[in-house]
Amino acid sequence: MTTTLASTMQAAIFELSLALGDDALVLGHRLTEWSSRAPMLEEDIALSNLGLDLIGQARLFYTYAGEVEGKGRREDDLAYFRDAAAYRNLLIVELEIGDFAHTIARQFLYAAFVHPYFQALAKSGDARLAEIAAKAVKEMAYHLRHASEWMIRLGDGTAESKRRVTSALDDLWGYTDEMFEVMPGERALIAAGNAPDRTAIKPKWAATVDAVLREATLTRPADRGMQSGGRQGRHTEALDHMLAEMQVLARQHPGATW
Amino acid sequence: MTEAATPLWEVFIRSRSGLPHKHCGSVHAPDATMALQAARDVYTRRGEAVSLWIVPSSAIVASDPADKDAMFEPTATKIYRHPTFYEVPEEVGHM
Repeated sequence: MTTTLASTMQAAIFELSLALGDDALVLGHRLTEWSSRAPMLEEDIALSNLGLDLIGQARLFYTYAGEVEGKGRREDDLAYFRDAAAYRNLLIVELEIGDFAHTIARQFLYAAFVHPYFQALAKSGDARLAEIAAKAVKEMAYHLRHASEWMIRLGDGTAESKRRVTSALDDLWGYTDEMFEVMPGERALIAAGNAPDRTAIKPKWAATVDAVLREATLTRPADRGMQSGGRQGRHTEALDHMLAEMQVLARQHPGATW
Repeated sequence: MTEAATPLWEVFIRSRSGLPHKHCGSVHAPDATMALQAARDVYTRRGEAVSLWIVPSSAIVASDPADKDAMFEPTATKIYRHPTFYEVPEEVGHM
């Protein structure tokens, strides 16, 4: 009985680490797509920095997931040798980057969730998850600040910037509810104090979003047609294309170093 | 947002507490808050800073390169101003 309980907990920690790693890697990769293409040099570097923060978080979550799983899979195996159906990321992070307003709006909606989530995860009874979250929370505090300042300036900027950020919010809003979906295995982790309850983060997220949108003179879109499926491996076509590009080198030259 | 319409800001970095802020470059940003973020993103990626100052480039009053003879040339012959005629006692340490 004890062994079964322990192995159920281990499996749940693997799933959560994998999902958090996938969220971070996919969004991190999306941000790096701006390299050399951002509207100004300062933002080009800023978006790459944010991307590297996330890829760093993904490495820590993957390494831990691989250790917990105990099958010898390392971070590169998890990142480069799984197809889209095996990815467990939220749909919101895999969507194409769109224009600058779209990228900023997604970063804002995600950071407004993951910052308080990591604050709570830093108190996890699982020492490794707590440690990773404690490092990541500082990074996500800056992501939230960076994106919030841009949201305010895009929303309360020119007619064109307002039009673009409004359209981005409308496109993205239907993907926000998935952030608060608790995965089946996650319930045991929440009960044991090893993971925060995502649903309890929602009021904090909503308060942040509302405060920034108010200052940005933007209207919060209505809740309808909420999408999900990422945690079950049901992804959009966008993830296939992204992974094809991201994984091609590692798959053509397995074990290559530089 | 075009580059021409975006103001320029000068960036000063303090690398350790106790040291002065040193000029390290400039960034484009629409306002002071964004300039501070841009400076953080562009100039402090390798742990260079414990503090940042941002100054509008337009607030800098600069000497005219054409005046350099009058401004700076006269000091060339005043070598006695250089502290090279003293032995600095070891106890003084870093000067």
